[in-house]
Amino acid sequence: MLFGMYVIFHGHYSPGGGFQGGALLASSIILIRIAMEEKVHQLHFNKAYGIPLGAVGVLIFFGVGFISLIMGGYFLDYSLLPFPGMITAELRFYGILLIEVGVGLAVMTILVAIYDNLLEEDDDESI
Amino acid sequence: MKYLTFMSIGVFALLLIYAAYGLPYRGDPNALVNQEISLTGTPVASSYYIENAMKDANTPNMVTTVLGDYRAFDTLGEEVVIFAAGIICFLLLNRERKREARKQ
Repeated sequence: MLFGMYVIFHGHYSPGGGFQGGALLASSIILIRIAMEEKVHQLHFNKAYGIPLGAVGVLIFFGVGFISLIMGGYFLDYSLLPFPGMITAELRFYGILLIEVGVGLAVMTILVAIYDNLLEEDDDESI
Repeated sequence: MKYLTFMSIGVFALLLIYAAYGLPYRGDPNALVNQEISLTGTPVASSYYIENAMKDANTPNMVTTVLGDYRAFDTLGEEVVIFAAGIICFLLLNRERKREARKQ
């Protein structure tokens, strides 16, 4: 999980980014689900949060784009984000970081949600 | 029919291998992809990215700048595709489960 965070937040300096980091985070959660029994593995990440948190991730991305649209620029034009006291290059830096966090959150939660749905199907068939 | 399938696959593989010999070498500075001016005489977008990625976004990794800034709309589409995959999985599996429960 720590490595997944590292991959997301160091996407500016080394290979990586939201998709790869999100997949690593999802793999950490799914490994816990494989290893533990049913009562325990939901403690870290309840399966009811899967789809809603994915929607939040998409909305972070879309919201960052839409804020810059409201501030008078183009869609996803980070140079107009309303953070005070920053030059254009820094604003774009943090804009990219924000959307990478959104992508990572969405990828992680959606992968875990797909795993949960498939697993529920298996449980029903075994009963 | 089976032999026809295998033969068509083999012919297509040979065709692809033959086409791969015509590709320029990786990192060849004289290849058409790496020129600053395209065939039609207009400047290529990638040279702009290479020159201005560090200046524009303060980011040493050029790939991140292209993915997150210049082509951010494409990345938004990718994320929406993943989200749609999750939602479709959820809806489809839940519907199957409900139908089975109704039968019993």
